[in-house]
Amino acid sequence: MEITLTHYLVLSTILFAIGLVGIMRRKNLLMLFFATEILLNATNIGFAAISHYLGDLSGQMFAFFIIAIAASEVAIGLGLLIVWYKRTGKIDLDLMTSMRG
Amino acid sequence: MELYLYIALFAPLVGSLYAALFGASPKSYHTGLIASGLLFTSLVSSAILLSYVMGGHTVHVELMTWMATGDLYIPFGFVVDQVSVVMMMVVTIVSTVVHVYSIGYMDHDKGFNRFFSYLSAFVFSMMVLVMSDNFAGLFIGWEGVGLCSWLLIGFWYHKESATWAANEAFIMNRIADLGMLIGIFLVYWNIGSLQYDVVFAEIHNLDQKVITWIGIFLFIGAMGKSAQFPLHPWLADAMEGPTPVSALIHAATMVTAGVYLVIRANPIYSEIPDVGYFIASLGAFVAMFAATMALVNRDMKRIIAYSTLSQLGYMFVAAGLGAYWVALFHLMAHAFFKALLFLGAGNVMHAMSDELDPVKMGGLYKVMKGTAILMILASVALAGIWPFAGFFSKDKILEVAFSSEHYILWGTLWITAGLTAFYSFRLIMLAFFGEERYKQYGFHPHEAYRFMLVVMSPLALLAVIAGWFEHDFVRLVTTLLPGFEFHTHHVELMLIGVTSLIAVGGIVTAILMYRNGPLSTKWEEHFCYKVLINQYYIPKLYNEIFTKPYGALSRFAWKEIDIRIVDATVDMIANAIYKTGENTRDIQNGNLSTMLRWMVIGLVVLLALAVAFTVGYNAIGA
Repeated sequence: MEITLTHYLVLSTILFAIGLVGIMRRKNLLMLFFATEILLNATNIGFAAISHYLGDLSGQMFAFFIIAIAASEVAIGLGLLIVWYKRTGKIDLDLMTSMRG
Repeated sequence: MELYLYIALFAPLVGSLYAALFGASPKSYHTGLIASGLLFTSLVSSAILLSYVMGGHTVHVELMTWMATGDLYIPFGFVVDQVSVVMMMVVTIVSTVVHVYSIGYMDHDKGFNRFFSYLSAFVFSMMVLVMSDNFAGLFIGWEGVGLCSWLLIGFWYHKESATWAANEAFIMNRIADLGMLIGIFLVYWNIGSLQYDVVFAEIHNLDQKVITWIGIFLFIGAMGKSAQFPLHPWLADAMEGPTPVSALIHAATMVTAGVYLVIRANPIYSEIPDVGYFIASLGAFVAMFAATMALVNRDMKRIIAYSTLSQLGYMFVAAGLGAYWVALFHLMAHAFFKALLFLGAGNVMHAMSDELDPVKMGGLYKVMKGTAILMILASVALAGIWPFAGFFSKDKILEVAFSSEHYILWGTLWITAGLTAFYSFRLIMLAFFGEERYKQYGFHPHEAYRFMLVVMSPLALLAVIAGWFEHDFVRLVTTLLPGFEFHTHHVELMLIGVTSLIAVGGIVTAILMYRNGPLSTKWEEHFCYKVLINQYYIPKLYNEIFTKPYGALSRFAWKEIDIRIVDATVDMIANAIYKTGENTRDIQNGNLSTMLRWMVIGLVVLLALAVAFTVGYNAIGA
C-alpha cells in the first residue's frame, strides 16, 4: 500500500485531536505543554505533507518556523513553570485561580 | 450720539448683571442703588437722544453682524427715531421710578438682589424690543420681556398660585408668539429682508392677500403680549407678582409692546384697512369687556389690571383706525398714570399686610394721605378729566372713532369711559373713604416710606401734565407716523363735552353709591354680578376645554406611554444585559482549564462559521 497525502492528513488530524483533548482534559501544567507540542507538530505534519504534494517548499519553510517558535515558547513556558513550582510547590491547573472574576 | 444710544441700551444690562452677582447672597442695598443709578443714566441718555431727535435727526447704528448665511443677513442694528425715542423715554422714566420705589417695597424681602437683577434684565429686553431696527431683534426683545415677565410673576416661587400664574402667562404668550413668528417668516419669505426700512418700502408691492396674512399673524403676536381677547386671562392672574412688577411690566411697558408693534408696522397696516378695522373692533370689545369685569372685582390689583386691559383696547382702536400717533400718545399717558396707580396700590398693600380686598379697607385717607392723593390724581387722569393726561389722549381716541364714522365703536368707547370713571372711583371710595372697616379686621395701616412717595411724584406730575404737550408730540412723531385727518372740527367741543359728561357722571355715581361703604351683599346673588365676578366664566371655560383634557392627555402619555412603553423598553434592554452578565460570569472562574475549553469552543464556532460562509458564498457565486 502506498502512503498518500490522505494518510498524512489523517495522521495530522488524529494528532491534532489528541492534542486538543489533552488541552481540555489535563490538569497538570506540564502535560498541557506536551499537548501543545502535539498540536503544533500535528500542523507541522500537515504543512510538510501538503508542501511535498504541491511541490512547493514554502510549506516546509513554515514548518521550520513553527518548530523554532515552539522551541522558544517551551523555553519560556518551562521557565515560568519552574518559577511557579518554586513558589507554590504545585502545578495543578485547578489551583491557579487568582484571576477569578 | 451713538455713545448715548449704547449707554441707554446697555446700562440696564450692566445693572442686571451686577445685581445677579449677588443674587444668592442676602439683601444688600448697593444692588438696588446701583441698578437704579444705571437706569437713571439710561434715562438721561434717552433724554439727550430725545432732544437730538427733536432736532430732526435720527440715529441708526449697526453693532455687529448677528446672522449672515447665504442671502440671510441680520445685523444687531438699533435705531433711535421719533417712535422708539418716545418708547425709550416711557420705559426709562417708569422703570427708574419703579426701581427706586422697589428699594423700599422689597425692603423686607429675601430675594432683594435677585429682584433687581430680573427687573433690570427686563428693562434691557424692553429697550432691545423698542430700539431694534429689524423684526428679528424685535422678536428677541419680545421673548426677553416674556422671559423676565415669567421670572417676575413667579418671583415668589414658593407660592403655588404665583408659579401657576407665571406659567399661564408664559404659555399664552408662546401661543401668540407662534403667530408672530409665522408673520415674521412671511415677511422674510416675501420680501427677503427683516430690516424695517426695507420691509416698509417694499410692502406695497406685495399681493393684497399676503399683506393681509402678514398683518393678521403679526397681530396675533400683539394680542398675546397685550392680552387682547381671547388671550387675556393671563394679565389678571399675573398680579401674583410683586406690585412694582405689575406697575412696570403689566401696566406701563411690556403689555404695550403689542401696540408698539402695530404702530411700528404702520406701513403694513395702512395697506389693509379691513384688518385694521378688525383690530379696532376687537379693541373696543376688550375695552368694554374688561371694564365690566373691573366693576365688581374685589381685588385691588385685579381692578387695575382690568383697567389696563381696557385701556389697551382703547389704544388698539386708535391704532386699528390708522391714528397711530394717537395710540402712541395714549400709550405714553397711560404708562404714567397706570404705573402711578399700581405703585399706590403697592403702598396700600404694604399698609394692609398684603390684603387686597378694598371692602376690608375704608377710611385709609386719614392714615395714608400721600398715597391717597397720588392715587386720586392717577384715577382722575385715568377717568379722563380735564386737564389731566388721560383727557387729552382718550378724548383723541374717541374723536378718531367718531371721525372715521364708526359710531358703534365710538358708542362702545363712550360707555366704557363712563365705566372707567366709575370703577376707578369705586376703588378710591372703598379704599380711602367711608367707614374705617379695617379696624374690624384688625389691621394697623401705616404710610409707606417717605422716599417712596417722593419717587412717585414725577409720575404724578407727568400724569397731570403729559397731555399739555400734545402739539409738540404730534409734531415729533408725525415725521415718521402718518398723520390723521380729523373731520370733526364742527362737533369737537360737543364730543369733548359729551365724553367729559359721562366721565364726571361715572365719578359722581361711584361717589354717591359707595359713600357709605360697600353695597349690600344682596347684590352678590344677582346674575350679572356672578357672571362678572367669574370673569364671564372664561377662565373656567379654558380650564374645561384646554387645561383638563390636556392634563388627562399628559397623564395618559405619562402612565401608559412613557412608563409602560418607553421606560419598559429601556429597562428591558438594561435587564437583558445584566442577566447576560450574571449568567456568563461563570466563564471568568479563573480556571485555566475551563478557559481553554471555551477557547476551543470558540475556535470550533469560528471554523464552522468560516466553512458556512465559504459554502454560502460559493453557492451564490455559482
